[in-house]
Order: sequence, then C-alpha cells, then structure tokens
Amino acid sequence: MAKLNVNGRVVDVNVEPDTPLLWVIREQIGLTGTKYGCGVAQCGACSIYIDGEITRSCAMPVSSIKESQKIVTIEGANDRVVQAVQKAWLEHDVPQCGYCQSGQVLAAAALIRAKKNPTDEDIDREMTNICRCGTYNRIRIAIKQAASAVQAG
Amino acid sequence: MNAIDVSRRKFLVGAGAAAGGLTLGMSIPFDEAVAQTGATPEVNAWVVIRPDDTVVVRIARQEMGQGTITGLAQLVAEELEADWAKVTYEYPTPGQSVARKRVWGDYATSGSRGVRNSEKYMREGGAAARMMLMQAAADQWKVPVAELTVARGVITHKASNRTTTYGKVSDAAGKLVPPANPALKDPKNWTIAGKPLKRLAQDGKVNGKQIYAMDYVAPNMLNAAIKDCPIWGGKLKSFDASAAEKMPGVKKVLRIDGNAVVVVADTFWRAKTALDAVKIEYDAGESAKLNSKSIEAMLDEGLTAKEAFVGNQGGDVQKAIAGAAKVVEATYRFPYQNHAPMEPMNATALWTPERCDVWTSTQNGEAALATTSQAAGLPLDKCDVHRLDLGGGFGRRATSQDYVRQAVLIAKEMPGTPVKLIWTREEDQLRGCYHPITKCKMTGALDKDGNLVGLHMRLSGQSILATIRPEGLQNGRDPAAFQGLNNGGTEGAIGYTIPNILVDHAMRNTAIRPGFWRGVNNNQNAVYLECFMDELAHAAGVDPLEFRRRMMKDHPKHLAVLNAVAERGGWSKPAPKGVFRGLAQHMGYGSYVAAMAEVSINESGTLKIHRIVAATNCGHAVNPAQIERQIEGSFAYGLGAALMQEITFDGGKAVETNFDTYPMVRMADMPAVESIIAPTNDFWGGVGEPTIFVAAPAVLNAIFAATGKRVRNLPIADQDLRKA
Repeated sequence: MAKLNVNGRVVDVNVEPDTPLLWVIREQIGLTGTKYGCGVAQCGACSIYIDGEITRSCAMPVSSIKESQKIVTIEGANDRVVQAVQKAWLEHDVPQCGYCQSGQVLAAAALIRAKKNPTDEDIDREMTNICRCGTYNRIRIAIKQAASAVQAG
Repeated sequence: MNAIDVSRRKFLVGAGAAAGGLTLGMSIPFDEAVAQTGATPEVNAWVVIRPDDTVVVRIARQEMGQGTITGLAQLVAEELEADWAKVTYEYPTPGQSVARKRVWGDYATSGSRGVRNSEKYMREGGAAARMMLMQAAADQWKVPVAELTVARGVITHKASNRTTTYGKVSDAAGKLVPPANPALKDPKNWTIAGKPLKRLAQDGKVNGKQIYAMDYVAPNMLNAAIKDCPIWGGKLKSFDASAAEKMPGVKKVLRIDGNAVVVVADTFWRAKTALDAVKIEYDAGESAKLNSKSIEAMLDEGLTAKEAFVGNQGGDVQKAIAGAAKVVEATYRFPYQNHAPMEPMNATALWTPERCDVWTSTQNGEAALATTSQAAGLPLDKCDVHRLDLGGGFGRRATSQDYVRQAVLIAKEMPGTPVKLIWTREEDQLRGCYHPITKCKMTGALDKDGNLVGLHMRLSGQSILATIRPEGLQNGRDPAAFQGLNNGGTEGAIGYTIPNILVDHAMRNTAIRPGFWRGVNNNQNAVYLECFMDELAHAAGVDPLEFRRRMMKDHPKHLAVLNAVAERGGWSKPAPKGVFRGLAQHMGYGSYVAAMAEVSINESGTLKIHRIVAATNCGHAVNPAQIERQIEGSFAYGLGAALMQEITFDGGKAVETNFDTYPMVRMADMPAVESIIAPTNDFWGGVGEPTIFVAAPAVLNAIFAATGKRVRNLPIADQDLRKA
C-alpha cells in the first residue's frame, strides 16, 4: 500500500514496494502517456517530474517515493514551459512514431527551466532520451524556439 | 522488381500462416454490412464524408512514424478536391478487407512501399469519389454534371448560382455506381499532394494521449509476460513454477508453442516478477557451439568457396583480374543488428470458442490476421485485428507476427478474458529478427589508366528469405541478397558500368532468425561497393567523385543525386580545417540516393560527424517536409548501426540484451543533415528506407580521408581511429 501525489491528486495504490513507479503510473493509476522502453533507465521514455526534477520512473521503486513528493506526468504537465515546448513540437512537426515524445517533451521543458537559452552543448548534454525514429534535429530546433517563446513571455 | 515484392504480393502472409496454407482473399463471402462501418455510409471504400464535411480517408497501410498516412491522405484529397483542413483518416481492419474481397489491397507496410505501391488505386479512389459526389449534386439539381465545378469540397453550379458541400451529397453519392478508370490529375497540377504539409494526428504524441498497442486496455484484462527460448535452435527442457505460482496476482503459468514460458497475472509487473522467479532450463543442442567466432569462420570459408549463387554477371571477371595493371582486394564485414523499436512487441487477444480479436501494432494487418486465425484455430471471418499506432516498426513488425501468435495462444488458455502480452526489452533483444551478418570479399581490376575494368564481389552470409520467406527463393538463390547490385531493373540497379563484373553469394545460414531491417541488404551492399569504390579511386590516384563519374554515363539518375550532394557539399572546394569528406551513392526501393559526410577525428581517435548532405530522387515527392524528416531519421538509424551496434552470440544466444550494451544514437551523436529532394516526376520510388543505404559508407569514406585507415569491420566504435 502506498499513497502517491500524482498530477495534484493523492491516490492509494496497492502494490509490492519494489514495483517500479512507471508500472504503478501505467497499471494502477491508468496514465499511459508515460512509456515503457527499456526498464533500466537508459531510454527516457518513462520520464516524469518528481518535485519538478526530471526523473526516469522505470527503475525507481514506488517505496522510494513519499506522499509529500509531487509526481507530474505528461498528462498533468501543463505549465507555460511545457505548453511552449508542446507548441514548438507541433510547429516543427517533431514527432514521427511519437512513442518517446512524452519523455522528450518533459526533458526539454526541464532543460529550458534550468537554462533559459540552452546552447547546442546544453542540448547535447541534457537531452539524452533515445528516439529510434531520429527526430533529434527537429527537437533541437524546437527547444530553441520554445526557449525563446518562454523568454518573450 | 525484386523477389521480396513478388513473394510478399503473393500474400502468403508470414511464415506461420504460410505453413498453415492460409491465403486470404479466397472463399470469403462478401459482407455487405461491413461496407457500412461507422455511423456514416461511405462514398466508396476509400472515402467517407460525414455530414459536417469531415473527410475520412481509409488507409490500409500502417503509420509507424514514417508519415505514410499523411502522404496517402494527401493523394486521395488531391483527387477528391477536398478541403485539407477537414481531412482525417481511419484504419479499416484486415477482417473488413477480407470480407470485401480485399478492397483495400495490400496491408504490408515494408520495403518503402506505403505510398509507391498504393498511390494508383488510392488516387483513383479519390477521383472516383469526387465524380460520384458531383454526379449526386447534378442529379439533385437536375443539371448536367459537366456544368458543375468543385473546389475544397464545395460543389458549384454557376449558371444557377447554387452551391452545396460534399457532406450534403455524400449519402446520395454512395448509392451511385462507381465510375471505372477515373482519370487522374497530372502531378504538375497538384495543390495538396506534393506540398510540405504537416502530419495528421500529431497532437496526441505531445500530450501523452495517443494510444499505442502497449497502452490498450480492455475491461477485465489480464497481463502476460513471456520468456521464449533465448537460444536459437535450442529447446525448453523444463521449468519449475512452484515459487511463481504463489506470487501475488498470478493467475496461471503456461508453456506455449513448446518453447515459451508465460505468466499471466493481474498486472504486467506482477507477471514479469513472477516469470523471473520461474526456474527454466534449456537444451542448447547443436547451438551450444553457435557463437560469433564460429559464425565468422563459416563466413570466411564462404568468401573463397567454389559454389555461389550468381546475382550479376557480365564479361569475364577472372580474365580482367588476370590482365589488370593493378589488382585491389579488401574484405568487409557487417554484423547482426536488432531493430529495437521504442515500443517493445506486444498484443492483446480475446479468444472465445466462437471468435478471436487482437489489438496490436503491426506493419502488416493481414499477416497479423492470418497469424491470429491459425493460432486461434478459427476461420478468418471469425477473427479480426484492430490496428493501433506503432511505437516504431523498422521491419520488425513486418518480418514476424510472433508476438501476435503468442498472445492468441495465451488467450486461448483463458477463454473470454482479454490478455495483453508485453515483451520486455530483453525479450525483444533475445527474440529479434536480426539484420543478418555478411562478409564480402572485393576484388577490383584497374587498367593502366586507372579505370575499373573488372569487379568481383563475393558475398558470404545469411539469407533472410531462406529463413523467413523460403517461397521467395529462386532455385535456392536469394535474389534479395543482391539488393542494389542488380544489372538494371527499376527496384535496385547498380549505378556503374563495369565491363567485367561478377557479384555472387555464398549463402551461409545459421539457426539465428534474420529479418527485414530498415534498408535490408542494401545497407551492407552499399558499404561494400561504395567503400571499395573509394579504395579503388585512391589506388588509381583519381578523385573519388571523378572515379565514379567515369562509370556513370549510362546511369544518369544515379549520377544526378551524386552530383547534387557533391555540389551542395562543396566537394570541389577545400573542407574546413580538420574536417574530411566522404561520398556514397546507391539505388534501392526504386529511389536514387547519395550522401556526402563531413567528419573530424581528434588525436585520441574520437569521431565527430559534423554534417551530412543527402539527396534523394524518389520520383514523385508527395510531401517534401516529411521526406526531409525520413532522410534525417534514416541517418540516425543508419549511423547508429554503423557507429555502435552489433548483436553478438554466445551459445546460440544474443549477448546484448538492453540499451546499456546495445547503444543507440542520441542527440549528441546526431550530425546536421541537409536534405536535397530532387524528384524527376517520372516514377514512384520509396522514401522510408533509401537514404539509410548511404549513411555508413559516406562516413566510412570520410574516416579514411581523415585517418588514412580503412574501417572494414563494423561497428566503427570497435575500431581504433587514431591516425595511421
């Protein structure tokens, strides 16, 4: 039994303590925008925010999360930075298959929150999620646009 | 036309289905009811127009990130004279298609055929629907149809100053007899097709709402985890599920298809956890000795073996080599690789004694349906496959519907309960349909002027067709092994005139399952030919572009794309300091492609790929914006393979089981890609794959330019790139 604060709502979940947070989010809470890709925190398809920090949820046991910690998934992420990223993603027609893009969007918004004007080096260093379709160059352009849009208010 | 197309067109869908003798499209009664899917009657099979003027285009081919649905919808909307802002799409199920005598044609989405092999009948579908809609308006107004005009879904009769919309006449139009052989627009007059439009259905991919097969949930659904025998050619000997059976949420532990152990539980995570607690023993048999070293030795033997299947032969290559002023030899190797789409294999099945339904992500709905029918033990018309969006395909979900078969076999053990089978990433790596391993011995004969007068290309390695589609073999020969090396043809012709040539293939198969991997055999064939062309040019003391051009006079389309990248890339001008260049060209899936790569390598041997200039002539460019994205994506996929990916085997089992040991290209590895789309508008070529062919050879040739070292053994990451 665990209590989790997900997208501003406190939910009780009945799972074994070592269950990865990813599967709790997907199977118990029913939010499927957070994806399973590798299970070993390599690909980033499972990225979420915990207290605003971008976190890979597939290798994080639910027992390590306290009720006081705020979990935000792609479904609940709607601040102006995330919105700017989503808008830029659509304007640049970034997604191909789209499976990794929930994670990419959240990672990009986290980067823009940390660095107002991310450089190419910042993007190379911080955007480590895997995209098999190879949308990286569009992601790079869209991040820069989203960052400018956030700056412009 | 190569044999892959022929054998796939025959529609003996998938190895499993073929074994059962299932051929769809035969003896299926026409079911009028299926013609009326959804609330709105159709105009014809391809077009439904709702009362609010929304245009629904029905699409049999599968979207998997390559943009096919958008391109096909553009072609239909073009002929339909639709308002693009009102266009959406739906997937007819393969069961509906079978019931209507395969009205939607081939569902297979592989071989870069999504657009090029369905454009004609889909454009005709759009044109026929337009004519029917206009006729319906003419009938209603009692005027000759010739007096009507149409634009963006609005029909006008100027003489009486009347207008109506498609949505208002679609009911009546659907009752008319469809016109035969409707005339199609000249692509010069396209206003929707040919334009760089944004993709359909993008919103759900940025807000988490898009439902992939992995996300599908049915009421009362259970979840399953599976471990199939990871040893190719091995067998499941025994398993002990006593601990697993007592674990929370577990409903059943099963053995299916002889070799696979399955746990069914309330959640996937519980199923997976319990499966990990099952003690499984395998019998490797002969495969105990199957490893990368033994495979290498077998391929080496093939490089000089007497017997080989001939793919392309002209003149007398042995005589040319014997009489050459200079002979150049080199042996290359291209490893096994896995597709590793982001969404691991999965399928949800619901079986009852009367009926079986599957919800899955597949590149071939009909193959999935045939697989379902066979596994379910039910006739085709009692089964259906509901297609959900794919988290990537790249050929994996076209090569085998093994995950569908497994899901149905599991569901059959739980009648009336939907069961979702999810593979772990590890299962996906262990049970891949791998890009096959090959080696190639190249021998080139140069005359005293540095011209290539003879070329022997001896391929040695595994055949995909021999394992996956043996019906595609021609007297034992795998024609697909020669992709891009054929003497002419519209599918994949070699771009050089070489007076004496022999391309032959010593087929050396293993128990390891090969598959169609984005680009398929073109990928290694382009490395072998184009890197060796670079070697020959250097041996001849001729500029690599000039060396190629001498042999390309009779191959103007190959030459045009090569010239285009050389010109845009600045081949004839000096590169920036410390930057070195390489070139490659190839033809496959009907399209002509070329690339120039710019790389630098620092003192410690670290490679940086700065820039790729890539060109494609895909005949007609239906959506240039999406073609650009396919070009970029193909370099990410192809460079990942060239730079860092190899599946090795030990005891018949894949060694690299997740992204920590089977790395992927990430943002920092990705070069800038400049795309040149140069359609000549006189044929229909593929888009999803072709540019991948030239990714590796262009970079490898640039690495030589930078270091003086030839990398002939992939992946590049295993090689020492410090200057020679």
